[in-house]
Amino acid sequence: MPSIPLCQVVRPGNVDYKHAWDLQARLAQSVGRGQQPNTLLLLEHPPVYTRGRLSRPEHISLTPDQLRAKGISIYDTDRGGQVTYHGPGQLVGYPVVDLREWGGPVKYVRTLERIIIDTLADFEIQGGPEPGLTGVWVGDAKIAAIGVRISRGVAYHGFAINVNTDLSYYDHIVSCGIEDRPVTSMTRLLGEEVEMEMVEYSVAYQFGKGMGFRMVEADPAALS
Amino acid sequence: MAVTIELPHVGESVIEGTIGQWLKQPGDTIERYEPLVEVITDKVTMEVPSPVGGVLLRILAQEGETLPMGAPIAEVETDEIPVKTTPVHRHEAEERPAAPAPTAAKLAGTTGYLVKGVRPVGPTGGGPAPEASPEVPQEVLPETSTEAPAKASTESAASTAGAPRLSPAVRRLVQEHGVDLTRLQGTGLGGRITRDDVQKYLEAGPVTAAPTAAAPATPSTEAAPKPAAGTDEEHIPLTPVRRMIAEALTRSASQIPHAWSTVEADITGLVALRTRVRDDFEERERVNLTYLPFVVQAVAESLKEHPSLNASWGGDKIILKKRINVGIAVAAPQGLIVPVIHDAERLSVAGLARAIRDLTNRARQQMLTLDDVQGGTFTLNNTGALGSVVSQPIINYPQAGILTTEAILKRAVVRDDAIAIRSMMNLCLSFDHRINDGAESSAFMQAVKTRLESMGPDTPIY
Repeated sequence: MPSIPLCQVVRPGNVDYKHAWDLQARLAQSVGRGQQPNTLLLLEHPPVYTRGRLSRPEHISLTPDQLRAKGISIYDTDRGGQVTYHGPGQLVGYPVVDLREWGGPVKYVRTLERIIIDTLADFEIQGGPEPGLTGVWVGDAKIAAIGVRISRGVAYHGFAINVNTDLSYYDHIVSCGIEDRPVTSMTRLLGEEVEMEMVEYSVAYQFGKGMGFRMVEADPAALS
Repeated sequence: MAVTIELPHVGESVIEGTIGQWLKQPGDTIERYEPLVEVITDKVTMEVPSPVGGVLLRILAQEGETLPMGAPIAEVETDEIPVKTTPVHRHEAEERPAAPAPTAAKLAGTTGYLVKGVRPVGPTGGGPAPEASPEVPQEVLPETSTEAPAKASTESAASTAGAPRLSPAVRRLVQEHGVDLTRLQGTGLGGRITRDDVQKYLEAGPVTAAPTAAAPATPSTEAAPKPAAGTDEEHIPLTPVRRMIAEALTRSASQIPHAWSTVEADITGLVALRTRVRDDFEERERVNLTYLPFVVQAVAESLKEHPSLNASWGGDKIILKKRINVGIAVAAPQGLIVPVIHDAERLSVAGLARAIRDLTNRARQQMLTLDDVQGGTFTLNNTGALGSVVSQPIINYPQAGILTTEAILKRAVVRDDAIAIRSMMNLCLSFDHRINDGAESSAFMQAVKTRLESMGPDTPIY
């Protein structure tokens, strides 16, 4: 028991993308120095399109004016992957974890997929990986995105699961650069509103199981 | 992970506390910030919240035990990180005294002296006590983010056996197999039951369940109430509050050589003043106007003139207190308590009325803070509320004196060689004779009396 690494789960609620990004950067430093334990941030963002390193301008079809009118921001990020959407009803998980002893990036991304698939199974949704693509899929539709950056052995960014997401926001982007593939959400699949908090609990548990961490919940104040 | 809960440090001047009632028993599920135990200090009784959520494993300190702040008092099984309410520094285990019985010397002095049930209003004779509109205490939410209460309630729901909230897959498994959730040990966040927990339970079958099931809830013989000592007597165990009051009073009565003095004051003018301004004042301020603020003002001003009554015995010296902080004995639900009006000489009668209302309300709602009960330099006690006309109060250790206000009665007295009907009130002083002799104490009493008697219908109260 004592050798199982600890991972704190912090649920700060609805957090601006930029703010969460800064938080992750700070956390990544602290975790790298061993000043904070591995941390899984579970949160939601206000509507935002984010572009990864492989995004191209045409992947967002709205003009700046249209974006403003819809109250959507855009951020260019340092993660892999292409354009994606974050917004209310989508559970965003940012694990800031030290992978130096744990394993390599491919193993990590596959583990994140497995964690999301197991979480969906808790809600009786059968998801799976799609060969050659990241993320988690249910049938033909993408339900969760994964985008990770590893810096100095510490991983950050993470995954986003559509729980109760308003999927119309995806109409204006080519999600992750993949055309002609629909997106879906847990609510759409189950035909009833899914409680965000229950998904959070499930993700926290599956994350600990998948990564081999002992999960403890910590107060958001513990990070400041 | 078992976390040791320590007696929290609550203030610089408080170095130890007596364990009051345990609000949780071993095996109980507790939420973070949920009150765990009452702790009685020489200043105040407070509920100590649990710094973590989990299950109370063991109680390390029994009711009535007096321990230094920081001593371990309980163990809680949790998978949370304790919040900062627990002291950061760890105390060594040997700091915890082995003897469970509180020693009198270690208990600090409490309070003054008051018969339980006395209301902190002015002397009787001036209308009913201010109980007409008891205020409903406001619901106090934990100091966390706005969504925290929802989370907390979810957590409790999930961790209590009653109606745990489960993900659909877990719920289905449970229903299909008729699993009794109380048999399960949740391994999810905050002890939640996961799919794996149910599956493991099902794989293990009834074998693991058997020991739990086979252990019936045998009533603990130890817990059975002890029979009374004899048919002619009934023995009532002391509550920790009662014990502390007893020890504080014993210390005062045995260490301080008390002397007594009583004067009678003709407060006919004060009665007229209060009658004149009362309705107007109460309508404007929404505060009951009793006689107490008038008395506090007279006492505070007199203490300023006679500083040796606002003092303590220091063994080889007399310690004069520069601030005049008047304590008011209040019968609160948990016992006698003496909230303090700090710098009372600076307040008008109206200001004193507001301060008294605030303190007595919070005393009854058990919401006093340490500041409210610290630093008293002199104590007032309204024994007249019970109809008493003479008292011999016990000093609130280590102060120099305590004054009671007795019942206000209309009496026939001689004025200008004629018999007149006047409103009379006795004032009874107990004073530490080491600090003051009769001359000083009488001068003080005359000062209080003169002030009260000089009040009349036109005296300003603001």
